[in-house]
Amino acid sequence: MQLVSTHRNRALRGALALVTSGALLCAAATLSGCNKSSAAATGDPGASKTEKLSAAPAATERSTEASGAAVLTPPGLEKSTAKASDFPTAKIMTTGLKVDDDSVTVGILHSTTGTMAISETGSVQAEKLAIAQINALGGILGRQIKVIQEDGASDWPTFAEKARKLLVNDKVAAVMGCWTSASRKAVLPVFEKENGLLYYPTFYEGLEQSKNVFYTGQEATQQILASLDWVNKEKKAKSFYLIGSDYIWPRTSMKIARKHIENVLKGTVVGEEFAPLGNTQFGSIINKIKLKKPDVIFAAVVGGSNVAWFKQLNAAGVTAANQTLLTISVTEDEVLGIGGENLVGFFSSMKYFQSLDNPNNKSFVEAFKKMWGEKSVIGDVTQAGYLGPWIWKAAVEKAGSFDVDKVVAASPGIEIKIAPEGYVKVHENHHLWSKARIGKAKADGQFEVVHESDLIEPNPFPKGYQ
Amino acid sequence: MSLNEIGSMVAMQGFSGLSLFTVLLLMALGLAIIFGQMGVINMAHGEFMAIGAYTVYLCSQLTQNFAPGLREVYFVPAVVVAFFVAAAVGYAVEVLLIRRLYKRPLDTLLATWGLSLAMQQFFRSFINPKEVSAELPEWLLGAFNPTPSIQVPKNGIFVMGLTILVSAGVYLLMLRSRWGIRIRATTQNRIMSSAVGINTDRVDRFTFALGCGIAGLAGAAFTTIGSTGPTSGSLYIVDTFLVVVFGGAANLIGTIASAFSIAQAQSLLEFFLTSAMAKVLTLLTIIIILMIRPQGLFTTKVRT
Amino acid sequence: MNLLSKKLGKSDWIGVLVLAAIILVLFPSVFSIFRLNLIGKYLTYAFVAVSLVLLWGNGGILSLGQGVFFGLGGYCMAMFLKLEASDPISTKIQSTPGIPDFMDWNQITQLPFFWKPFYSLTFASFAILLIPALFAFIIGVAMFKRRVGGVYFAIITQAVALILSVLIVGQQGLTGGINGITDLKTLHGWDIRTDSAKYILYYVNGGLLIGCVVFTRWVLSTKFGMLLLALREKEDRVRFSGYDVANFKTLAFCMSAVMCAIGGAMFTLQVGFMSPSFVGITPSIEMVIYTAVGGRLSVLGAVFGTLLVNFAKTFFSEEYPDLWLFLMGATFIGVVLLFPDGLAGVYERYGKPRLQKLIGRRSLKPEPSVGVAAFESGGKHG
Repeated sequence: MQLVSTHRNRALRGALALVTSGALLCAAATLSGCNKSSAAATGDPGASKTEKLSAAPAATERSTEASGAAVLTPPGLEKSTAKASDFPTAKIMTTGLKVDDDSVTVGILHSTTGTMAISETGSVQAEKLAIAQINALGGILGRQIKVIQEDGASDWPTFAEKARKLLVNDKVAAVMGCWTSASRKAVLPVFEKENGLLYYPTFYEGLEQSKNVFYTGQEATQQILASLDWVNKEKKAKSFYLIGSDYIWPRTSMKIARKHIENVLKGTVVGEEFAPLGNTQFGSIINKIKLKKPDVIFAAVVGGSNVAWFKQLNAAGVTAANQTLLTISVTEDEVLGIGGENLVGFFSSMKYFQSLDNPNNKSFVEAFKKMWGEKSVIGDVTQAGYLGPWIWKAAVEKAGSFDVDKVVAASPGIEIKIAPEGYVKVHENHHLWSKARIGKAKADGQFEVVHESDLIEPNPFPKGYQ
Repeated sequence: MSLNEIGSMVAMQGFSGLSLFTVLLLMALGLAIIFGQMGVINMAHGEFMAIGAYTVYLCSQLTQNFAPGLREVYFVPAVVVAFFVAAAVGYAVEVLLIRRLYKRPLDTLLATWGLSLAMQQFFRSFINPKEVSAELPEWLLGAFNPTPSIQVPKNGIFVMGLTILVSAGVYLLMLRSRWGIRIRATTQNRIMSSAVGINTDRVDRFTFALGCGIAGLAGAAFTTIGSTGPTSGSLYIVDTFLVVVFGGAANLIGTIASAFSIAQAQSLLEFFLTSAMAKVLTLLTIIIILMIRPQGLFTTKVRT
Repeated sequence: MNLLSKKLGKSDWIGVLVLAAIILVLFPSVFSIFRLNLIGKYLTYAFVAVSLVLLWGNGGILSLGQGVFFGLGGYCMAMFLKLEASDPISTKIQSTPGIPDFMDWNQITQLPFFWKPFYSLTFASFAILLIPALFAFIIGVAMFKRRVGGVYFAIITQAVALILSVLIVGQQGLTGGINGITDLKTLHGWDIRTDSAKYILYYVNGGLLIGCVVFTRWVLSTKFGMLLLALREKEDRVRFSGYDVANFKTLAFCMSAVMCAIGGAMFTLQVGFMSPSFVGITPSIEMVIYTAVGGRLSVLGAVFGTLLVNFAKTFFSEEYPDLWLFLMGATFIGVVLLFPDGLAGVYERYGKPRLQKLIGRRSLKPEPSVGVAAFESGGKHG
């Protein structure tokens, strides 16, 4: 009778099976180029946290695709001739933040893991590009910018904790960070108490204005109202079905949208649904929408849920041919995950699209792709993230100091003429003048711009909408 | 709204419910085999599903990069490969970890939770921290129109077909094959089985690998519905456990019945209430029923 | 056996004193206020770990839903603090002044009825203690009277944790939803965000924790503690001896719930917000691992285990974020396979004899290592 196999044999077999399957997975991953592109796309967050983004980013682990040459800088900007000695540290920093004779430290606080990583990675890349370009042009007040990056992990309490760490422990001069309104609300008390400075890049619901925050993305009137007006005029839309993810931004956005639809456009809201963040089962909701047959589906589904939402819409036979859909939460980043074929013909309202045809954008896209890979896509929030460091730099130079209070005082009125979206100006309420654009999704993941408004003045507290 | 429209709405809603049912069932079958037959609580079950989904995604990437012509046909072989990859990893896990913990179900729970964390990080570090999707072939996109107002999603049909196949396969295996006899014997009386000459260790390993393989199939099926991320597995784990526990862990009919009732209940409630309330009510009902009848809906009185 | 006659002896008091010294003297002198605040946060988790020593280590009842009680205590405290911070003057910018900001965003115009009692600190304090106990009582009676135990009970507590977190997130207008309740400022007029307040809260927290530790130790040394042990080993025999097993289990469950709730309330005070991410399944299971790492039979071990795991978590997630989850997973597996007695076991086997030799005592035989593996009963249904 054959003996029962020994422990060792079994363990060996088991280990062999594990190693084989692990090797198969890794091999397939590398072969399909996953590893490389993901390292480039996500900026490899595991690499060193504090590093000087010098003029040669290829030196760091990050841009594995960069050719090793210096980062491309916006055309028309000259290298700054400011010397650190012209600005003695004691004069330009009086509040104990991390500034010395040759460097200044800023923080980057975004989610590189979790359900929001799909959206926030672009912001990190853009902020780092901007900082690299600024450094290549001589830095700010003769000092190079160093970066400390923290991961919020799509978890708002973690955002608050990391924000406190950046401000209290690391004493950074400014933070580029946050994406969801939930994360911003969680860190706001920290920034106000510690008198920090946050550059917040996402389009959001407005109804907020803080001394310590600059909002480089659109607020509701610049995005929601403009897009509703357009779809009402162009598509004669009267009935709307509102759907969003269940947290503050979609809820507040839909509250504003409803008021606008009912009071100004004299239309009707035939349904309103909110699905939990991370939800992937939209079957019943889609059936309800089909039942009501709205003129327009107005969608604010966020993060990973977007993929399930659009895939299932498509699978249920809802396409642009038979239904108009206007979304305020899909940029080129999300399309990458959803798949362009699921979105063809749907409309998105943003202030920036990668396909914008102006010289600023051309050089921006070129520089971005050089640093982060040819396959990179650039969405609205990514561009807004790009603006943050430039606005900060302009304000610091105007104030001649890194002190938060002086920078804040110097900011209103600052114009950024190299903005990829064309032109922006900082308003007294810490928001930006910018245009609203409507894009029609194409199968290749890009958008065709079908409408562009004039510069809209930001108004985070619109009368009648609260 | 005409009667016709109501009828088609009911049909489509019923189909949504059926869709959810097949999803739950695929997930629960694997777990029922492992938990029901072996008494092992595998908190990493969701991650085995993710393994299946990632395998399909990687096959999709390979096809795109090396053999674009195979775009239409790669999907079904990818699903099969997903089964084997998940089963292989399950086999390895059983040998290295689970076999030491058979007498300690609560510890198995903790250890497999740790395993699931490690697997999630593996996906994050080595595949992609963001969510990914496999490129679906044409024949899986869109919907059937049996009548002008009823639209039946094609991917739902595919998942349903897969589930029927898998259920039939499991039924044949358990009740009509030699391996099935061995598995059932080991469950009912381990000592006697090994006295009679069945290699209970091998049976355990095979069962665990089979359960994980089915989980991999479930994950592969999900790529047609949504995207896959490192934490996708954990979205389903509690639901799956409740389905298995509710159905009476030792019984496959029980699993089918419980998945069906839970799916229909949740889907119906979702139609009339918000999805959060639907979930809460469904869970509450399950718990209350479990309190009244803790052994689940169907039980077989066999346990070592 | 030593285990059965574990009255509070001298060596136990020494252990508690050492813990008190470390928490109340050593840490404040070594760490900056930022790090100290973090440690205060970890110590609130330690409440849950200690409760699990009582419930799981000694009672054999594994609850994977302790986050529920932690959250209930935390939310009660947060509701009181939020109402205080939402007085009509500071909220005049809202559509409806005088109600919390998240209610305003959700178009709610009137304070919901169940919020109204939380204007009073007395009510809030009682709520922190009583509501979780009531909740635990209901669950306990429903489950234990039906003899649901072991694995099934663990899964059902998971479901309860899931239900509560989905409910909280879903009712954004009433509970703050996924943001939780943020922006808490003052406790009865006393500003909790200043550094001095954080120091005071830290000491209060430390004191309460030591109190819980002593209380748990004492409970375990009474007849009730002995019964719990017996329940863990051979529940049927206890039943046949005439005891109503369900009552004792429910009592243990309620005690542990109250301890978790106190931890939750202290958490809210120190950190300044409360969110549903502490209520769900993942945090609940993490809290179990703190106990497991510390040694599920040892109350002091639970506190040290919590501190160790959380220190590691902060350190690794800052320095090597990619490595952290692998380590966490390895900890789970390692603790279960290799170190079932956790830190306490390691201490008993290796540290204590050496320590005793060092202090010059006659080298006593080390206490028989209470191998937990031998005690695993496997629960009622499987």
